[in-house]
Amino acid sequence: MGMAGAVLNRPRAVRAFKVLVAFMAFLPLAILLSRLVGSGLGPDPGQQITESLGIAAFQLLLATLALTPLKRWTGWVGWLRVRRMLGLFTFFYAVLHLLAFLQFILGWGDVWATFTKRPYIIAGFLAFVLLIPLAVTSTNSMMRRLGRRWKTLHRSVYVIVLLAWVHFFWQARSDIGEMLAYGVVVLVLLVVRVRWSRLLRAGRRGAPSA
Amino acid sequence: MLIKNSPAWALPENDVTPEAIYLNRRSFMVSALAASAGVALPGLLAAASVPGKELPSMSRPEMSTSEKLTPYEDVVRYNNFYEFGTGKDDPARYAGEMSVSPWTVKVDGACGRPGTYNLEDLLQPSQYEERIYRLRCVEAWSMVIPWVGVPLAGLLKRFEPASSARYVYFETLHDPEQMRGQRSLFSTIDWPYREGLRVDEAMNELAFLAVGLYGRELPNQNGAPLRLVVPWKYGFKSIKSIVRIRFQEERPKTTWELIAPQEYGFYANVNPEVDHPRWSQKRERRLPSGLLSPNWRETVKFNGYGEQVSHLYKGMDLEKFY
Ligand code: HEM
Repeated sequence: MGMAGAVLNRPRAVRAFKVLVAFMAFLPLAILLSRLVGSGLGPDPGQQITESLGIAAFQLLLATLALTPLKRWTGWVGWLRVRRMLGLFTFFYAVLHLLAFLQFILGWGDVWATFTKRPYIIAGFLAFVLLIPLAVTSTNSMMRRLGRRWKTLHRSVYVIVLLAWVHFFWQARSDIGEMLAYGVVVLVLLVVRVRWSRLLRAGRRGAPSA
Repeated sequence: MLIKNSPAWALPENDVTPEAIYLNRRSFMVSALAASAGVALPGLLAAASVPGKELPSMSRPEMSTSEKLTPYEDVVRYNNFYEFGTGKDDPARYAGEMSVSPWTVKVDGACGRPGTYNLEDLLQPSQYEERIYRLRCVEAWSMVIPWVGVPLAGLLKRFEPASSARYVYFETLHDPEQMRGQRSLFSTIDWPYREGLRVDEAMNELAFLAVGLYGRELPNQNGAPLRLVVPWKYGFKSIKSIVRIRFQEERPKTTWELIAPQEYGFYANVNPEVDHPRWSQKRERRLPSGLLSPNWRETVKFNGYGEQVSHLYKGMDLEKFY
C-alpha cells in the first residue's frame, strides 16, 4: 500500500473515516428531517417517510455487506472498523421504517392481518426479525461469549439481504428496473463470497500438509 | 335526470377553503366571502396564478360533494401516471414533454360513426360542467377534485353505439418519444395503457370526461387533454390522455388486469370489504394527510356513490368480480 497505506493505517485516519461514515449513515435521516421541516414531503408525508426509511435500511445493509469485499480488494483494515456501526445503523433504520409503517400506513389497525397475509410484508418482517439477534449480539462481550458460533449466527445476514430484496421486489407495481439494479448488487456481494470460500477451500486442500 | 338537493353521497363536510372559494369564479362573491369569512387571501392569489387556460363551466352542485377540496398544488404534483415514471412526482416533472395539441381521438368498433376526430370537434365548451368528485386510489389514499368536462354518456351517444356493443374500451397515448416511462426497458406494462367499462357503467350519469380541473385546462400530469373520471372505481380506471375509444362485444383486458390479475380486476369498484393483496382497503388517507394528524377515513363502498351505481352490480358477487 506504500505511503498512502501507511497514512491511512494510522489510528487517526481510521477514526476520521469512522466519523465520516457515521456522518454519511445519518444523512438519510437528516435529509428526511429537513424535508419534513421544509414540508418537502408532499401531501402524503407518512408514505414518503416509510419509503425513504426502507430504502435507507436496505442501502445500509448493502453497504455493510460491501465492507468485507472492500477489505479483501484493498487490504485496508479501515473498512472493517465501520462494519459493526453500519450494521447497527441498518437495524436503526429498519426499526424506524417499521415504526413509520405501523404509525403512518397502518395507523395501528389490522396489524395481525397485515403481517400474516401480505407476502411482501412477511418478507420484510422476517428480515427485520432476523436482524434483531444480530444487533443484540454485536457487542464485544457477546462476540467473545459466542466464539465461533458468532460467525455462524451472523451468516444469517445473507438470508436477510435476500429477504429484504424480495420485500422490495414484491413491491414493484410495473417497473422493475430499480429492483433489478439492486438485485445485481446483492448478487455481486453474495457471489464474491462464494468464490472466496471456494478459493479458500481449494487453497487449504492444495497446501502442503506439514 | 334525477336532480336532488342533497343526495346521500354528497357527504356533508367541513368548512369552506380558499380553493372552494376560488371555484366560485364570480369574483364579487369571492371578495365578499373572503371579507366576511376572513378567508386567507394568499391561497386565492396562489390559485389565481395557476397555469392553463381558464374554462368557464356550469357548476353542478347536485353532482358534487361538498367535502373539503384537495389543494391544487397537491392535485397537480402527486400523481400516478406511469407513462412518465413510477414516482409520485415524476408526472409533474416530465409530463411537460408531451404535446397535447393537436390531439385526435380514434373511435372505432361497434358504432355508427367511427372515425378519427379532432378533439375540438368532440367538445363543446359551452357545455362544460364542473363536478367535484372524490378520487380513491387503490393505494389507499384519496383526494377531492373539482373537474371540468362533459358527461361521458353524451359523448359516447354521438358515436351511435350499436346494440351489440357491451363494452367501451379506452387507450392512452403511446409515444415513447414524449413519454419517458414508456421508454423504460424494465416496465412490465404492455403499452398503450388500456382501460374499459361496461356500456351501462359508461352511460351512468356519474361517468365523466374531464378536460380541466380547478377551472382550468388539465395539466398534462393529470391526463391532458382528455381523461376519464369514474369516481366509484379505483383511480387506475380513470384513464388519462385518451386517444382511442372502441365499442366492442367482448370484455377488454385492462392494463393492470394483464399485469396482475390476482390483484386488479376489470371492475375495480371501491370496496372496503374486498381486500387487496397489498393494501387494506378498509381505510384511506385523505390527502393532504399530516404526520401528527393523519387524515384517516373509513372507505365507503363505491366510494360513497352507491346510490348512483350500486344497481349496476345487482346480483354480482363483488368478491369475485373485483
Ligand atoms: C419490519 C417489517 C417491515 C415492514 C412491515 C415493512 C413495510 C414496508 C412497506 C409498507 C413499504 C412500502 C412503503 C411505501 O412505499 O408505501 C416498504 C418499503 C421498503 N422496505 Fe420495508 N418493511 C419492513 C422491513 C424492512 C427491512 C428489514 C428492510 C431492509 C433492510 C426493508 C426495506 C424496504 C425497502 C428497500 C423498501 C422500498 C422503498 C422504496 O419503495 O423505495 N423493509 N416496507
